[in-house]
Amino acid sequence: MSDKIKIQVEDVNVFYGDIQALFDVTLDIKSKEITSLIGPSGCGKSTFLRCMNRMNDVIDGCRVEGKITIDGENIYDADKDPVLLRARVGMVFQKPNPFPKTIFENVAYGPKIHGLASNTSELREIVENSLEQAGLMDEVKDRLNDSATDLSGGQQQRICIARAIAVNPEIILMDEPCSALDPIATARVEELMGNLSNNYTIVIVTHSMQQAARVSTNTAFFHLGHLVEFNATKQIFTNPSDKRTEDYITGKVG
Amino acid sequence: MKQHKTNTELIAKSLKRRHRKQTRLKYYGLFSVLLGISFLLILLGSITLNGYTAFQQTVIKVNVKIDENHIFGDDGKVSQDVMYATNWDGLAKKAFRKVFPEVTDRFQQRKLSDLISANSGYEIQQMMIDDPSLVGKEIEIWVNASDDVDQFIKGRLNVEVPEDQRRINDMQLSWIQTLKEKNIIKKTFNTGFFTSADSREPESSGILGAILGSAMAMVVTMFLALPFAVMAAIYLEYFAKPGKLTDFIEVNINNLAAVPSIVFGLLGLAVFLNFFQLPRSAPLVGGMVLALMTLPTIIIASRAAIRAVPPSIRDAALGLGASKMQAAVDHVLPLASPGILTGTIIGMAQALGETAPLIMIGMVVFLVDIPTGFTDTATALPVQIYIWSDSAERAFYERSSLAIMFLVLFLIGMNLLAVLLRKKFEKKW
Repeated sequence: MSDKIKIQVEDVNVFYGDIQALFDVTLDIKSKEITSLIGPSGCGKSTFLRCMNRMNDVIDGCRVEGKITIDGENIYDADKDPVLLRARVGMVFQKPNPFPKTIFENVAYGPKIHGLASNTSELREIVENSLEQAGLMDEVKDRLNDSATDLSGGQQQRICIARAIAVNPEIILMDEPCSALDPIATARVEELMGNLSNNYTIVIVTHSMQQAARVSTNTAFFHLGHLVEFNATKQIFTNPSDKRTEDYITGKVG
Repeated sequence: MKQHKTNTELIAKSLKRRHRKQTRLKYYGLFSVLLGISFLLILLGSITLNGYTAFQQTVIKVNVKIDENHIFGDDGKVSQDVMYATNWDGLAKKAFRKVFPEVTDRFQQRKLSDLISANSGYEIQQMMIDDPSLVGKEIEIWVNASDDVDQFIKGRLNVEVPEDQRRINDMQLSWIQTLKEKNIIKKTFNTGFFTSADSREPESSGILGAILGSAMAMVVTMFLALPFAVMAAIYLEYFAKPGKLTDFIEVNINNLAAVPSIVFGLLGLAVFLNFFQLPRSAPLVGGMVLALMTLPTIIIASRAAIRAVPPSIRDAALGLGASKMQAAVDHVLPLASPGILTGTIIGMAQALGETAPLIMIGMVVFLVDIPTGFTDTATALPVQIYIWSDSAERAFYERSSLAIMFLVLFLIGMNLLAVLLRKKFEKKW
């Protein structure tokens, strides 16, 4: 565990048209740790997550103000290319969304478009290595050329994780990665996150208090677009300083 | 105290009325469907009944002997000059009249000659050009009967009316009877209909020219409309910033899809022919005009197909660091292609049946030659039908019906192709 700060967020405001979704969010995310974002639906945690790889750019009418720096560079600077940013900041979505192609093609797509492999054997190595890291190699090694959409939900989500890892990002953003999975698949993904945090900085949005408590080192609680509390996970769950946090984690609201 | 009805009783009471209403609506719907189907059947049935006889053509056997001096020049080689200077028509008629040596009156001889096609001489000439070794020999040849004889043999000419009101007089009827007895008149498969272009004589006319004209125009339409439409659809879905301009473009694309096709014809006439000086009556320009007409249809279908691809697929690609173009080309287009193809084929089918814009750019031509290139003068299948339906001869009527049958067949084929392609390329995710 290091204390190095990977992502620095300063006074971020996000608007969807005239509606403000985030208000003056400021927090630091540490390198090679898991940070979880919790809060009731509509509190802006997913919006915040999507700020960090500029996926909000795709949404019509969405405007981000403020400063988000990764390793000291503001990712919203005019000369910053979101394509390069997204290669550095991978993302795993709520619903498993493998491409309707083979398992191999799914994982190989990222390295291919970025030209990370100079020949087929290198590409194969990257794919196998990523599947290995995603803990999926044993299950799919004989059917890399089968369609990824034929896999189970849990396997599909791990394909998506392997696909993100294949580009070798520094940060992985996960937007409720387990909400569509059963408890067994969830346990596997959580175990995987633990292993990945040795090499990657992970930010996860979750609706499951237990999941946040189990996997993350730090936790941020959002409410109605405001960052209410950001602290060590243990602290948040045992001794929250804000009344709203306490109400939420004890199940009184949300 | 007054006994109130329970809710159950109230609902039970209304049930009968509600069921009746549902049944009534069901029968209204069924009636509409049946009405539609029956009109379709009537349409197809009447076209088939009118057109099936055009599959056959009445022919008459003629014995003819061509002298060498009709085809060879002084040097003993086949001479174009001599050949074209020869009265082949007269030769054919003379040869046919030998069947009735007793007819000597000039007026009667004319009436007799009218039984065979006016193009018989041309047929014999073609035969001699194809095979000069036939020259000097007595050969048997089946020439087309004239359209009136053909219609009479097929039972489409009413001979019950007074003689001066019909196209075949009593004398001609008796000659036809003699031909029948001598067994030198018969019906054969109408090969000429599928191998030739238009003609003044119904018995010599065919649809090959029109089909080729249509096919070439469709190729041009396809290669122009599809790429432009797909690119426009990608731009509008992925790159266009929402705003007044984009809204304006969107509204206009939808409007263009509803613009009467003749307006596109006028546009083609003004822009392609008058301004750019492109060849008149050519499938190239016809295809360009039809492409303009089809473009909005394909754009709308392509946009719908692109929008039907789950955004999660696009997000996945963008999240990996793919550019918008890569996300579109690598992931969205393959998934949208069945929808785009279906839209394209339906747009093309619409273009295939279009007459008005082609008339405006001069593709309504009487054309005996079969077009061989994109800039040749040509006509199209629906225009050919229009030309024939405008002709006086009774025999063109059955031919236009048969041509309509082929047009409908092509349309059914294209729609079938759309369904099959859709089935084949549709992916699940």
